[in-house]
Amino acid sequence: MDLFYGLFTGIIFGFLLQRGRVLRYDKQLGALRLQDMTIIKFMLSAVMVGMVGIYLFHDLGMISKMDIKTASIGGNAIGGLIFGVGWALLGYCPGTQIGAIGEGRWDAIWGVLGMLAGGVVYAEAYPFLKKTVLTWGDFGKITLPQALGVNHWFVIPLFVVGGLLFFSYLERKGL
Amino acid sequence: MKEGKAWSPYLGGALTGVLGVMSVLLTDKFLGASTSFARSAGMIEQIFLPKHVAALDYFAKYTPKIDWQWMFLAGILFGSFFSAISSHSFRIQNPPDMWVSRFGPSKEKRAIFAFVGGCIALFGARLAGGCPSGHGLSGLMQLSVSGFIALACFFIGGMPVARLLYRGGR
Repeated sequence: MDLFYGLFTGIIFGFLLQRGRVLRYDKQLGALRLQDMTIIKFMLSAVMVGMVGIYLFHDLGMISKMDIKTASIGGNAIGGLIFGVGWALLGYCPGTQIGAIGEGRWDAIWGVLGMLAGGVVYAEAYPFLKKTVLTWGDFGKITLPQALGVNHWFVIPLFVVGGLLFFSYLERKGL
Repeated sequence: MKEGKAWSPYLGGALTGVLGVMSVLLTDKFLGASTSFARSAGMIEQIFLPKHVAALDYFAKYTPKIDWQWMFLAGILFGSFFSAISSHSFRIQNPPDMWVSRFGPSKEKRAIFAFVGGCIALFGARLAGGCPSGHGLSGLMQLSVSGFIALACFFIGGMPVARLLYRGGR
């Protein structure tokens, strides 16, 4: 059943990504070159709606399982920087390249093959990374409100208002 | 036929937020993508080196198998295809326009950059523990510190490289 839900959720996600025109190389590089903020608008809108929904249903007891990943400077920051370099060269991220193939962008197939190779390489490097990089600056599974010692309903409205102000700035600048 | 009009990214994004919440609410699944590439790499490597794969720690942690997230990625392919066909925006294109304007129409050159980029990106995503879906969308929705650090670093890593690739160009 899990597999069916996965497929169904993916179909909707793929549809929304394609309609929002965020799958394309030009859009992804446009964001990294600060020329076209389409993917930033898409992502930030999703996050703003998502955080309100997730925490609302969590507080109502309807979402019990959260999936907070470990915050680690070594992992998140160094891994993130490496990802960024590869992302700029490829021009797609793992999810969007699959959608890009769906709308006829065949170059994304090379990205998929590259990522499979990357998976093989990472599995080899993992025992070493686990003992070194992944242990640097480990703060555990922590959220921003926990780190700041405040209630999440203090952070969420600030984030949403900040996001809306940022959107209005982008629209004024025509980005 | 003329390409159909795109939806506003604000609308597409907001609906994606709703989708992300519904997914957790109804099936306990947070959106993500990069783990499936690692699992798939294991599935393929298993065909040639079954003993080696069985001995690797990483594939013990992330069993090479088809799971919810793998099917989620397959769904993205179909969803995007359906949307592209129904909005007359399906177009066979390789390389992309912006790439051609800077590096010319060579498919081989683009293939090399895309392959190497994909390899580096997935390595980084697995080290970071997620990609723009897992950290960017799901991580930020939960206000996790890891999501904020990773997403910031995706851009800090990517922007100078994009700038370098397109220096002097438009």
